[in-house]
Amino acid sequence: MSVLIFIDQSEGHVKKSSLEALTYGADVAKQLGTTAEGIVLGTVTEDLAALGKYGVSKIHQVSNAALNNVDAQVYASVISEAATATGATVIVFSHNQTGKAVAARVAAKLKAGLVAGACALPNTSNGFSVKKTVFSGKAYAHVNILSAVKVISLNPNSYKTVATEGTAVVEALAVTVNEPKVKITAVNKITGEVPLTEADIVVSGGRGLKGPEHWGILLDLAKELGAATACSRPVGDAHWRPHHEHVGQTGVQVAPNLYIAIGISGAIQHLAGVNRSKVIVVINKDPEAPFFKAADYGIVGDAFEVVPQLTSAIQKMKAGA
Amino acid sequence: MKILVCVSKTPDTTSKIAFTDGNTKFDEAGVQWIINPYDEWYSLVRAIELKEANPAATIHLVTVGNADAEPIIRKALALGGDEAIRVNTDNSDAYYIAAQIAEVAKQGGYDLIFTGKETIDYNGSSIGGMVAELVDSPYISLATKFDLNGTTATVVREIDGGEETAEVTLPVVVSCQKGMAEQRIPNMRGIMAARTKPLKVVEPIAVDALTSIQSFELPPAKAGVKLVAPDNVAELVRLLHEEAKAI
Repeated sequence: MSVLIFIDQSEGHVKKSSLEALTYGADVAKQLGTTAEGIVLGTVTEDLAALGKYGVSKIHQVSNAALNNVDAQVYASVISEAATATGATVIVFSHNQTGKAVAARVAAKLKAGLVAGACALPNTSNGFSVKKTVFSGKAYAHVNILSAVKVISLNPNSYKTVATEGTAVVEALAVTVNEPKVKITAVNKITGEVPLTEADIVVSGGRGLKGPEHWGILLDLAKELGAATACSRPVGDAHWRPHHEHVGQTGVQVAPNLYIAIGISGAIQHLAGVNRSKVIVVINKDPEAPFFKAADYGIVGDAFEVVPQLTSAIQKMKAGA
Repeated sequence: MKILVCVSKTPDTTSKIAFTDGNTKFDEAGVQWIINPYDEWYSLVRAIELKEANPAATIHLVTVGNADAEPIIRKALALGGDEAIRVNTDNSDAYYIAAQIAEVAKQGGYDLIFTGKETIDYNGSSIGGMVAELVDSPYISLATKFDLNGTTATVVREIDGGEETAEVTLPVVVSCQKGMAEQRIPNMRGIMAARTKPLKVVEPIAVDALTSIQSFELPPAKAGVKLVAPDNVAELVRLLHEEAKAI
């Protein structure tokens, strides 16, 4: 019995969402009185032993360059084989793009119950139940896993990473790596941008900004805060901003520390995508905008005046700090 | 070519979410049901476009649910598709549902299986991957583009921090999202035709559900907004820094 955590990497670097998964998995192991181990696929440049500080005692590595691109079928077969070989009874993923593709296949392969999109530690007082977001963030469900082996994928930004002391033993793991049936012909990464689901701060704009040419004030604020940028659905539909920035029930669901909504009225579908944010700031000239009801702080005012002032006030605060 | 499109019934996106029976059941009172938007706007419409380009193709729809799902299936058939299969069960465990779809898929011998990227009620994003595993097919998740040339598909899909173009030989399972196609409104001819399209009801195969929902919970209500005057932006920065500790 052990907890196996899948460590997702991109171009040799471990993703932030995987550090959350490691911390989470280590806490699940503590709860169950067992050990936490990680598994990493592909060639990694980072010092894997140092990941021990997140609470894992061992890291299994399948250092095969063929695994540098994610293929759900190949990954699932490798991870399932590793889980069986290491006697893992709980397998943890991040519910990011990789996790969404792979965790479901692993669960089906091992006939293991899956909770996808978990946001808290399991409750093991009576069975094994895991809290997850449902209705696109409008509610939570407590889901019992009934099978002996359990798979959990953890929502990004919903479990705090804790680093302490410790070094993990890194071991090469011999498993079968099949030839992928999917051939990747091009990879196009957006560089220099903070990934939306992993961002601590998100600055988001709506129709109130009146057109794509006015996005500069929002981008300046985002830059000052090191924030990711997002938008409401009408903005994405009108192609003012790229589709992948659309936050809401039918777009991306985010849970940052701080969500700043500029010129967004706050339709119920938009709120569903953002209501797990810890602090919400709304800037809107309409005092009746429904978003104010879901906000922690608000300014009723003209975004074109307020936002540049906010950017310079933050600059000043940073200079003074 | 045979295409299987998985559709699910979900509450309309404007639905107010509430629970009954001691927070163990979703409160269906006053809820409008729709086809899960990802299933309808992206996977079904893209399948219809593929059939328009290749009229010899057939599209079957599958839904796993009770008789309440039938109006949704008729609506989907009004958009397009040749026939529908409903697997008659209430179970909501992802593995249970995927196993039913996989069984339909094995019986039908499909070249292409489309799902939405997730349902807007349970948000698991799990069915596509599970079905792919159970039918032993490759899986393209979160696809934003899908083109077919003979039996070779070229797809673009979302990955962490960007996108990737890939090629795969059919059969394949694809989960679809924004970018695949544009929403369509069913026309009167489609609605009339849908009435007589075959809707086959099959009983589920015996599978163990691996999860069950114990209870639901609503997020705590916000304490109320603190308003700051528009000419006092520095005060907002102070509150965010000192009180909320968010910056």
